[in-house]
Amino acid sequence: MAVTTALPRDLDAAGATPISYWRTVAWRLARDPATLVAGALLGLIVLSALLAPWLAPYDPNAGSIRLRLAPVGAPAHVLGTDEQGRDMLSRLLWGGRMTLVAGLTPVLVAFVLGTALGVLAGYVGGLTNTLVMRTMDIFYAFPAVLLAIAISGALGPGLPNTLISLSIVFVPRVVRVAESATVQVKSLEYIAAARASGAGVPAIVRHHLLANVLGPILVFASTQVSLSIILAAGLSFLGLGVTPPAAEWGLMLNTLRQSIYVNALVPALPGLAIFVTSMAFNLLSDGLRDAMEIRT
Amino acid sequence: MWAYVGRRLLLAIPTLLGASIIVFAMVHLAPGDPIAAVMPAESSQAEIEATKRAYGFDKPLPVQYLVWLGRVAQGDLGKSIATRRAVVLDVRDALANSLVLALSSSLLAFALGIGLGLLAAFRQGRLLDKAASAVAVVGVSVPHYWAGIILIIVFSVQLNWLPAMGAADDPGVLPYLRHIALPTLALALIPLGVITRVVRSAALDVLNQEFVLALRAKGLASRRVFTHVVKNAAPQILTVLGLQFGFQLGGSVLVEAVFSWPGTGYLLNLAIFQRDIPVLQGVILVLATFFVLLNLAVDLLQTLVDPRIARH
Amino acid sequence: MSAAPLLEVRGLRKHFPLRSGVLQRTHAWVRAVDGVSFDVYPAETLGIVGESGCGKSTLARLILRLIEPDAGSVRFAGEDVRGASADRMKRLRRDMQLVFQDPHASLNPRLTIEDAVAFSLLVHGTSRAEARERARALLGRVGLEARLYGRRYPHELSGGQRQRVNIARALVLDPRLLVLDEPASALDKSVQAQVLNLLADLKAERALTYVFISHDLNVIEYVSSRVLVMYLGEIVETGTADALAQAPKHPYTQALFASAPSLDPDRRLERPPLSGDPPNPIDPPSGCRFRTRCAFAMPRCAETPPALRAVGEAHDVACYLYEREAIVGAPTGCTHSGPGGDSDLRGGQSNEDGTRRDLRESRAGHGTRAPCG
Repeated sequence: MAVTTALPRDLDAAGATPISYWRTVAWRLARDPATLVAGALLGLIVLSALLAPWLAPYDPNAGSIRLRLAPVGAPAHVLGTDEQGRDMLSRLLWGGRMTLVAGLTPVLVAFVLGTALGVLAGYVGGLTNTLVMRTMDIFYAFPAVLLAIAISGALGPGLPNTLISLSIVFVPRVVRVAESATVQVKSLEYIAAARASGAGVPAIVRHHLLANVLGPILVFASTQVSLSIILAAGLSFLGLGVTPPAAEWGLMLNTLRQSIYVNALVPALPGLAIFVTSMAFNLLSDGLRDAMEIRT
Repeated sequence: MWAYVGRRLLLAIPTLLGASIIVFAMVHLAPGDPIAAVMPAESSQAEIEATKRAYGFDKPLPVQYLVWLGRVAQGDLGKSIATRRAVVLDVRDALANSLVLALSSSLLAFALGIGLGLLAAFRQGRLLDKAASAVAVVGVSVPHYWAGIILIIVFSVQLNWLPAMGAADDPGVLPYLRHIALPTLALALIPLGVITRVVRSAALDVLNQEFVLALRAKGLASRRVFTHVVKNAAPQILTVLGLQFGFQLGGSVLVEAVFSWPGTGYLLNLAIFQRDIPVLQGVILVLATFFVLLNLAVDLLQTLVDPRIARH
Repeated sequence: MSAAPLLEVRGLRKHFPLRSGVLQRTHAWVRAVDGVSFDVYPAETLGIVGESGCGKSTLARLILRLIEPDAGSVRFAGEDVRGASADRMKRLRRDMQLVFQDPHASLNPRLTIEDAVAFSLLVHGTSRAEARERARALLGRVGLEARLYGRRYPHELSGGQRQRVNIARALVLDPRLLVLDEPASALDKSVQAQVLNLLADLKAERALTYVFISHDLNVIEYVSSRVLVMYLGEIVETGTADALAQAPKHPYTQALFASAPSLDPDRRLERPPLSGDPPNPIDPPSGCRFRTRCAFAMPRCAETPPALRAVGEAHDVACYLYEREAIVGAPTGCTHSGPGGDSDLRGGQSNEDGTRRDLRESRAGHGTRAPCG
């Protein structure tokens, strides 16, 4: 099978450039329209959040009661104003910064910590594995939302506490994926070959193991970003996350909730922002998963 | 297989104990004196002393944990700071309401999700399949608390068809259904997305197996193929259904907060607002226990359906 | 062969625990390798042959200490491998290398083949530039010109090419002993021959010593100077390749030769080829492990396992048929005696489970004599 697929390549071997795994992935990603659209949208969202200080027409925290709940399309306030008369566009731009930080950081933390713990448990095995994995199992006793609320509820409101509680939600998940990927790769012959060459554990892990387990872990982590964003905003929505008067999409949704009887469209905007961002991340991670040919 | 069942049962015990440790730790995670976390601020010195003794706050942490665990085992989850009522009573009533909501939303999501997923698989690549995939992506991406608010805006504020808040005060089935309709819809979105996706891919896996392709090529009646697909995809689908039902219980917190549905989520929301740690602990412990037992049941059920799993 | 052995293996044993039940207690052991002893002399090729599951691959990994044995010793050039410190072990690894069976799983998909080969050198402190240079040179020697192939990834190569990379990787450290674990089994016949010829050339060029493991008797016979036959974790016969081909002694060896398709009409044996799968190594038969499939099994075979004993010059066999008192009834003389016989016994052997009783009956049905009597 492999013999036949490689034969045509032999003929033009001299001119061919090597096709690395990541090159293939990039090639596939660039040919998937849904991924491209999602990627572009996400780029726009991230960029506008980054550039909020320059893009926002108003101070996000300054408002006047006279201008409360101006409708979308109002003069000088394109997206209207909130219940305190603050400019919605400015708050949405600034709020994106908060929501993205609160949603992305825990997954990033989980990716790093979870990979380290999972690879350790998977490669060392034995008692270490049992200890690490059984501890992670405990966190699986809670649905994600509940665990986040339990920890945030105990720690109290605030962005740092949100980051802590969400990291605790996502680390065990990444550990599981990292461990099973590690156990699988560890049994392959090229790891045995590296050991036979006299390489120590650090060299094997660095050059042979990580390169082959990071892909699946990355894909898994990317699937968790949208959930993390929804949860981060959800915690703020419950009053457990970012504290007022800061602009954050979940918190904005919460404070605008009472105003739906006055103005239906403006209160829907922060949630729409969460939705679009979360969907863009989901589409992107779907594309990544397909491009990397990883079954989840 | 029985060895597997026994092992699985034994494994649930450390998980439950671990969960209880996390719940126990909540009191100590809370900033400040743990006594402040479980007592109203205006308590008298005598009350504080009594509580200290009851909780064993003067003893080392492992002892405190055992004391607490002993009380929990007897059904004593402490007293609410806000209402001074026994937490276990509040949790019991709330849990009943939450179960109803979890059940109704699960049923809706299961029925729609399985139907949509199967249809998509049998019409792979066609418009219907694409529509189902879109539903799936939207379902898993939408913040359900926001979906709840949108539903209220549309059906309560604009159309004025359904009530926006709370459970029915009037007796009777119709008012009850009218009140539960919107929370059910909002809560069904995520599992609908997940289930559609899983059912589609599980059914496609079976459909793409060589023997099924052979059966279809031989002109086997599509109904027979359908039965076959459902039978073979069942174990995987069953797992997802069980897990999703569990998530519904925990995930309802935010939706209940939106609709003021008097379930565990609403209770949690109140407790967060009032920083009522004993209630917080009680609700989370009960829900976690429920979730672990449900996972256990799903695993065991799955071994019954597909004994190969036990050998893994 | 008079020289001191390069590799001495004594009483090597490895049992893998099988766990099950509520508490995951060990309830059985897989006796992968059970008391194996042999020597390998400089510049020879020792072939190890046996059916899949007989413990060959475990043996290969034990020799290189990729897994730790339960008992026994391995000495390389007089040095104790099992007791070697981490530092000594790292140095020893330069001298003993392994070529793996599976050309797909044995190369890291994220490394170019040049880097895969150079990795071993980097581990031992060679500079990056020199490691790359040597890797490229060696790739060229095994037939993969580095200019064309060096920067390729494994998935861009054929199975045969990958196996060449494997060989280059094993050789880049200039080892003295190469253990080859089914190096050609996963390849097409034509590619297999190329790889075997390459191995033969390399051996001559670099004064290598081979331990060549395979289930394929034809391959083993072709490459080996001496052969060791394994059955369920034990050695049942050893001898020179010629001695074994001309006069296999152990009923299992005879069966292997009979079932190996051979074009040589002189090589037709009247022994029935093996039928059925080998018994489970988890719970091997008592006494001689082959007795359940052996046409000559006697009551005593079930009691104590027979020891290896000499039946010729450098030819040992573990079978009661060759004990002095039993030698009269031994099938030795009839190896070539049956004129023609029915070489296609496999067709007549319809029963798949191959219990001893059935084996006997089917033999009788073909009118062959009882144990050569």
